[in-house]
Amino acid sequence: MKRHQPNRIIGGALLSCFLGAALVGRFWTPYDPMRLDLRSKLQAPGAAHWLGTDEFGRDVLSRLMAAAGTSVSISLITVFFAVLGGVTLGVIAGYARGWTDRIVMALNDALLAFPSMLLALALLSVTGANMYGIILALGMAYTPAMVRVVRGSVLSLREREFIEASRLMGNSAAYTMFRHILPNSLGPVIVLATSMFGSVLLTESALSFLGLGVPPPAPTWGNMLASARPHIAEAMWLGIFPGLCISLSLLGINLFGDAIRDRFDPRMRGL
Amino acid sequence: MLKFASTRLLSAIPTLFIVSVAVFGLIRLIPGDPASLMLGDLADADALAAARKTMGLDQPVPVQFLIWLGNVVQGDLGRSVLNGQPVLDLVLHRFATSAQMVLIAVGLSVLIAVPLGMAAAWRQNGGLDLTIVALSTLLLSVPTFWLGLMILLAFGLKLGWLPVLGYVSIADNPVAGLIYLVMPVLTLVLHEVGIIVRMARASTLDVLRLDYITHARAKGMSESAVLLHHAARNAFGPTWTLIGLILGNLLGGVAVVETVFTIPGLGRLIVDSIYARDYAVVQGCLLFVALTYLLVNLVVDLLYPLFDPRVTAE
Amino acid sequence: MSQSLVEVDGLSLAVGGPSGHHIVRNVSFHVQPGEIVGIVGESGSGKTMVARSLMRLQPPAIVVSAGDIRFEGRSVLTMTGKALRAVRGARLGMVFQEPMTSLNPSMTIGRQLEEPLKLQARLDAAARRAHILDILRRVGIRDPEGALVAFPHQFSGGMRQRIMLASAMLLKPSLLIADEPTTALDALVQREVLELMLDMVRSEKTALLMISHDLPMVARYCDRIIVMRQGEVVEQGPVAEIISRPGHDYTRELLQSMPVRGPLRSVDPAAKPVMEVRGLEVEYRAKAGLLAPKTMKKALHGIDLAVRPGEIVALVGASGSGKTTLGRAIAGLVDASAGRIFFAGEEVKPDSQAWRHYRLNCQMIFQDPFGSLDPRMKIREIVGEALRHDQQASRAEKEQRVRGILEEVGLDERYLNRYPHELSGGQRQRVAIARAVVGRPQFVIADEAVSALDVTVRAKVLQLLADLQRRYGFSCLFISHDLGVVEQLADRVVVMRDGAIVEQGNRDAVFDTPQSDYTRALLSAIPTLTRTETGVSLAWRFANSGEAGASEAPAKALQ
Repeated sequence: MKRHQPNRIIGGALLSCFLGAALVGRFWTPYDPMRLDLRSKLQAPGAAHWLGTDEFGRDVLSRLMAAAGTSVSISLITVFFAVLGGVTLGVIAGYARGWTDRIVMALNDALLAFPSMLLALALLSVTGANMYGIILALGMAYTPAMVRVVRGSVLSLREREFIEASRLMGNSAAYTMFRHILPNSLGPVIVLATSMFGSVLLTESALSFLGLGVPPPAPTWGNMLASARPHIAEAMWLGIFPGLCISLSLLGINLFGDAIRDRFDPRMRGL
Repeated sequence: MLKFASTRLLSAIPTLFIVSVAVFGLIRLIPGDPASLMLGDLADADALAAARKTMGLDQPVPVQFLIWLGNVVQGDLGRSVLNGQPVLDLVLHRFATSAQMVLIAVGLSVLIAVPLGMAAAWRQNGGLDLTIVALSTLLLSVPTFWLGLMILLAFGLKLGWLPVLGYVSIADNPVAGLIYLVMPVLTLVLHEVGIIVRMARASTLDVLRLDYITHARAKGMSESAVLLHHAARNAFGPTWTLIGLILGNLLGGVAVVETVFTIPGLGRLIVDSIYARDYAVVQGCLLFVALTYLLVNLVVDLLYPLFDPRVTAE
Repeated sequence: MSQSLVEVDGLSLAVGGPSGHHIVRNVSFHVQPGEIVGIVGESGSGKTMVARSLMRLQPPAIVVSAGDIRFEGRSVLTMTGKALRAVRGARLGMVFQEPMTSLNPSMTIGRQLEEPLKLQARLDAAARRAHILDILRRVGIRDPEGALVAFPHQFSGGMRQRIMLASAMLLKPSLLIADEPTTALDALVQREVLELMLDMVRSEKTALLMISHDLPMVARYCDRIIVMRQGEVVEQGPVAEIISRPGHDYTRELLQSMPVRGPLRSVDPAAKPVMEVRGLEVEYRAKAGLLAPKTMKKALHGIDLAVRPGEIVALVGASGSGKTTLGRAIAGLVDASAGRIFFAGEEVKPDSQAWRHYRLNCQMIFQDPFGSLDPRMKIREIVGEALRHDQQASRAEKEQRVRGILEEVGLDERYLNRYPHELSGGQRQRVAIARAVVGRPQFVIADEAVSALDVTVRAKVLQLLADLQRRYGFSCLFISHDLGVVEQLADRVVVMRDGAIVEQGNRDAVFDTPQSDYTRALLSAIPTLTRTETGVSLAWRFANSGEAGASEAPAKALQ
């Protein structure tokens, strides 16, 4: 048990840095992240610009902070929709069983038959590359996994003796669902939501890197990396800092997620 | 065994059907006339009219689907708007490029990660274990596109050991082809190793707790024999399933690595086609990847009894 | 006295290093060559860890902090890896509790049995094969050739345990350690496997160290008993002495906890039944391939059963006999495909007014004290929920009743706000009982309600159930595979097999003069107990009729 302590502390610290930067970046950044200043383009990190400037002279630190806000918003909203959709559909499928279950799960499995990155790409080709399109596409790509977990948890809880005991006490099915089944499904949902937050962040960055995310000039870590690529030989910092941000945020989420998972369900280790 | 295989095969049919409906429907969701979407903005009126007829756009939607499905079954996925090439040829050609890179990378990852994961589990909480777990969590958290970029920066630009731009197919020139593959494969391997190590470690830990491991030790077997003969095979099952998922996910996810290293693979084709609004190609790629994904997972499941014969029993 | 085969001398085991928490303290005992010794203890007694440490097979986190273990005069603790491996398997064999996990699922039986032979004996392939076939035949595997290429999952639990025995006895070790070797098996199979094991160790002159929670079983087969509690040996000595003149309070408590026949309740045989089922049948869909036509399989065949007011009726049978299904069908947890259920003279059908009345008046106590309480609710809420549909009582009254019933089951106010995971297994089962009876139901179904509990806890919970029954006068359907418990508690006994009733009657009649061979076989696996002044005396029923049971046992061979 002691071993997970550093996980939680390091993970928590990284995660709070990330969330803190995102929050601050919403209201204040050292410079205007969008303002062009061609006189000071491609400046190395220094006193004026701590993390340097990009090819249009924009302050890298300011852009990173603004991008953190965008990424957190997209990821949180996406995970929120995935949880909402996943719990609703999962409960309906697991609770109704029979044909409702079969139809919901057949559609769900078909969505799961696409790798989530590909599904997001496909949906983006329909919705178009903008903030709402990305949330819609990522939400649809990630909901099926949540549906599956919630349904599985509902189905396995249904067989538990305390659920049968609730039936024997004369409780209605709806009461049993809300009082006994849902609270006990919470663990797996939280565990999956945490790791999903990381996956969504990663996929969103990858899409941005491919040029299919939030369109420039609005900064995201992904599109900052993409535009840094041609200048990377002379301006290394442009390539290093956004990637470091993504990696450290993901590391924080992963470590924190491991700690949460060990707390809720030691059997899910390593998935 | 035969029953297991046939049940598994049959269960793939509904998914297959829904996948094809989804791919067909997805493109129809895009606002605008399907025929002009397929032929591009520059098509003339006659070509559009002809396309409307062959696509059956005057017919009800289910009929349109059947027409499309009929063409697909015959290998006709339409033509690219950009260069007029048949979509199937384009997809297969690009797939060969991506597949060789992905297969080499996943193969190497498994060879490296499985022994590491098992070693970590064998000495759980020891120094080796903690190091391996920490490293794998770190690797897992580094996105491939940044890792690739850093590798490119280090080995290509700063050290100048490897070519930065361009691509040579292994079929044309094996030596040069392999050299061009080093950096993308290294990128993929580093990332996948992080994922596979964790799974291999977790499933080995689960197995090592079971009585048959103690039983094997009670028979007087050495630790290495216990680990190799009894633990390894049983612990490999979950990792095997994970490999199937990774292979499938890479078919879509490889686009970023191909972008970093300018490799003309399938992932890049999908992204470029979405940019260019070349919907026939997008549709063809989606269908192809989904089918490949299904097929890979089917093969993985069918081979699973090699690691756990219990799954064939009902 | 000749040299001991095993000498354990002041052994202490600790978790996580020598200064960690001690789970075994200062344990000493010895085993002579060819001797049969039993270690008896409840959960947490450390008996399994002591047994495993004899072969140095305890989990890596558990270390020997003091003492020594000598096997054939040599210290096991200081052996090199190589010397240790030479002793394991060849000189020391082990049989594990759980036949489902003690054989490697992905390796054929033949290869698993061949491994120790390859390691320890210089035999060629043909000789190895002959030796394995021979021992498989001796442990009663019907098709030894087929078994060689079969996987463990193709065998029943009893057969797997025979294979385990074959594996452990393959090299004729001088000591066999058997850790709860038959606990996971049905009573009839249990006896067969035990007797086979005893036959084999006796004919090979192998000493046997049997670890068990089951005192009568150990008493039946062992020469000497070692009693352990909370990591310490409280008493050891010859079986007859320990059982009739126990020297330690704990041993006395264990013996007092053995179920003995209790007095019958006065039940009016002419009274109208509280609960009655007629022609009850339950079907389930047999597993079939995707293309095979669906077939229905009957789990219950036209059951007629009545429970009178204030009566405790026991439902007994091996696993798969349908006793649990019957209980669940009566409770309405499983839909009956045919038959009728009457409660207080009225037929109850789902969704009828009578059903609602029945639902609140028929409660159930489940087997698993871990699974039957919602882990996210406090004890107060768990018990209080049973009064949710009581319209008459006010909130305060309900609260009062919850406190009252918890007190009656022996849980004071401190437990009101605890969660199930903070309670022991016995305490949880008390909560489950409180929940079942707080609404004053007329009829309670107890499905293996005490089977998961330790012997001394079980005795107390049984006593509690009997007390509550006397106070509130509810009728009870008591489902159990444990005939000892049934003998203590029941007024009437119903024996089931393969979904049908094979025998029913007054408790004394069924236990003393069983009509069917099946009942007789079941009964011959348990002792009759009589309390003596200081301890108990054990005797075995129908001593010569064991064979009838053995031949009938539902031991499945290769499928």
